[in-house]
Amino acid sequence: MNRILCGLVIALIAGLGWPQRSVAAPPQASQCAACHGANGMGNQAAGFPALAGLPAPYLRAQLDAFKSKERANATMAGMAAPLTGAEMAALSDYYAALPVAPAPLPPAPPTGPGAALAQRGDWQAGVADGIPSCDSCHGAGGLGVGTQFPRLAGQPAVYLAAQLNGWRDGTRKTGPMGLMAAVARRLTPAQITAVTAYYAALPANPANGAKP
Amino acid sequence: MRHMKLNPRKAMAIALLGAAWLVHPTGAAWAQTPAAATFSPPDEAAMPTGPFGEAVKLGENIFRNTPKYAPQFTGNTLSCDNCHMNGGRLANSSPMWAAYVAYPAYRAKNKKVNTFGQRLQGCFRFSENGKAPPLDSKVMVALESYSFWLSTNAPTGAKMAGRGYPKLAKPAAAPSYQRGQVVYAQNCSLCHGANGAGAAAHGAVVFPAVWGKDSYNWGAGMSAINNAADFIHANMPLGLAGTLSTQQAWDVAAYIDSQDRPQDPRFSGSVAATRAKFHNNAFSLYGTAVNGHVLGAAAQ
Repeated sequence: MNRILCGLVIALIAGLGWPQRSVAAPPQASQCAACHGANGMGNQAAGFPALAGLPAPYLRAQLDAFKSKERANATMAGMAAPLTGAEMAALSDYYAALPVAPAPLPPAPPTGPGAALAQRGDWQAGVADGIPSCDSCHGAGGLGVGTQFPRLAGQPAVYLAAQLNGWRDGTRKTGPMGLMAAVARRLTPAQITAVTAYYAALPANPANGAKP
Repeated sequence: MRHMKLNPRKAMAIALLGAAWLVHPTGAAWAQTPAAATFSPPDEAAMPTGPFGEAVKLGENIFRNTPKYAPQFTGNTLSCDNCHMNGGRLANSSPMWAAYVAYPAYRAKNKKVNTFGQRLQGCFRFSENGKAPPLDSKVMVALESYSFWLSTNAPTGAKMAGRGYPKLAKPAAAPSYQRGQVVYAQNCSLCHGANGAGAAAHGAVVFPAVWGKDSYNWGAGMSAINNAADFIHANMPLGLAGTLSTQQAWDVAAYIDSQDRPQDPRFSGSVAATRAKFHNNAFSLYGTAVNGHVLGAAAQ
């Protein structure tokens, strides 16, 4: 028993962390990896989003939406078209269970209009037309909340901006209660640039349990 | 919803609720159109520095994250900011700049002239289900400093446009638990949960509890259906404010305030006596039976 404990402690000290609940890679994952990375962490430069650690129900809903074209994306429509429901579920579970490597927070907390919008929103238009802070649904530091509000932290700015513009122009119709479409339509292009840069610069898994 | 028999208490609740739509208890006119707010609190960037600035900043921190910055006085997961949105700055969301200049004032709730600090103590006792911070405590000094600063150049004693929540018009039909349940499922449960418990992530509360042990108690203003309806119609769902009809706001307020929550701290040992003394109006369901359960009877 002590040996097992010692082994665990050594493993933790060595930075291996607790054993991750792993899900075997479905065969289609190799195709996903071409853009989203073998570790599921996406590609910042190319604007491909991280999938690792996102909620499985969220991922599944996106695959369904790509297939139905409710979320218009030619590449992903082609990828999702041949997938069965069971295959989509397996892929969603796989990526949801992939670990997100810890990364340090920026040395100084980000400031400026992106941080302000993310943390405080913009209520100049009043109570009915104001923009709630992104963090008020996606959580502090954009780390995500529950199964319906995905992580924004560390996602490529290009990807985040494309989503906000997709809700604005109706090419992304998905999401509960039409919340994101309503909010995105109130954003100016400058606000989109600022707030997506803010979240792209934040770690997807702040190291040492540090909270943004 | 479970099917229930119409017992005498339930019948009373329905009768009370039905009667409410004949007379507004305050005698205020229904359906006042809120005047456009003209006051703007100072910008965040204009926050003073030095010892007073530190008190203002602490007050803002307490206001936006009460369980973290004032844990000794907080008994639930709610923050001031949940009901006074955007850090108490937002007109028609009970902004602090309109409240600050309205005190001292007589309050029927405790039949006394209250200072602003005493009014804040009430928030901690009821809405925060906690303990009243002493008037000279660091927490109270910080919250008063923050509110005073937000009210910079606001006229003392003025009835500021944007104060409180806009008074919602009378509903066409008496509020309905059943209809409210549907409104809640479609518009509220995404964030506040089917069980009303809200949600936390990464160790921090994100969505506040709207009933149950982590919510406001039976003494809070929000436990009265009319106040909840006013707030909900003006402010919820977050990002979609103004999309609920007047009827939907009343219905969902009735549904939320038909759920149990922590005991009224003025509880005298008997739910019936506590109702008679503090809840003797049609807008509070405290002490009435809903789904066979007398609200307030289960000490939480």
